Amino acid sequence: MSARAAIAVLSVLAVVGLLTFGLLSKGSSRVAVGEAAPASPLPRLEGGGTSSLADYRGRWVLVNIWASWCVPCREEAPALEEFQRDHGGPGFTVLGIDSRDLSGDARAFVEHYGLSYPQLRDGNGDTAHDYGTTGVPENYLIGPDGRVRQVIVGPVDTEYLDEQVAPLLPGGGRS
Amino acid sequence: MRPRLALAVWLGVAVTLLAVGALSAQAATPRPQTSLSEISAEVMCPVCGTLLELAESPQAQREKAFVSRLVAAGRSKDEIKDALVEEYGTEVLALPQGSGFDLSAYLVPIVAFVIAAIALAVGVLRWRRAGDPPGGESGQAPDGPSAADSERLDADLARYDL
Repeated sequence: MSARAAIAVLSVLAVVGLLTFGLLSKGSSRVAVGEAAPASPLPRLEGGGTSSLADYRGRWVLVNIWASWCVPCREEAPALEEFQRDHGGPGFTVLGIDSRDLSGDARAFVEHYGLSYPQLRDGNGDTAHDYGTTGVPENYLIGPDGRVRQVIVGPVDTEYLDEQVAPLLPGGGRS
Repeated sequence: MRPRLALAVWLGVAVTLLAVGALSAQAATPRPQTSLSEISAEVMCPVCGTLLELAESPQAQREKAFVSRLVAAGRSKDEIKDALVEEYGTEVLALPQGSGFDLSAYLVPIVAFVIAAIALAVGVLRWRRAGDPPGGESGQAPDGPSAADSERLDADLARYDL
């Protein structure tokens, strides 16, 4: 192969590689049931260090990805808090992940709805991207082994939580 | 002191105090160093994936309100951008940073332009050389006729030699 041909081939490969990198870095696919849930450490919304899903290994966790500007998130927040009060404990917790939101607005949201479950902050949306979310809210039920058991795109309500999530929890949902 | 004089003195003092108060209040109010429109043209709405100035989503509205509050508080453009980066990460900046991998966004076009200019210059030189007639502008062969041509020329001349 002549030098010119080699340069041409290398140039084409470089452009194709750049385009492929761009597509791969932008795209994301939703985590599927049975897959390990993303567990990158995130700062706590209220401050005081970081935490991650891995800290809850051995418990059922309902990961709720939300934002304060999202109207459906406001609608589901009371149901999540009620479910946490009824079922939260050593065997289960709701874990809020506030994504692409202003921290002040998010803290005001938590205070307004009296949310007692732990909240993490995903300011740049990387964790939401790792889950493959296409919007907020989205909910992921994670088993004690850290694997995804249910994916709920959109808000949850009391009926769904009681009928679909509670029966999976230890002791029929009473922790 | 007569009552009229005393009243005038008190009025003078009151006016002076009011003026000083107004001036100090004006001095305490921070003067905006930038504007929402200026910032909005240089930062992104992270959820929409567009410039903030083009976005009208609920998240964009919150972001604009946040910027407006900082503008009103007299924060500079850099300070406001830093605050946005703290909230949303570096993806909120519409312009690539001048360091790290983002620096390539500025360097690659310059390098590409230089390479293209060099390639064009080399191409033009080669094209001009290829277009030159043999022997340069005079049209004469630099080394004269070949041996075969000389022999043939001599033979032809000999044929017509009288």
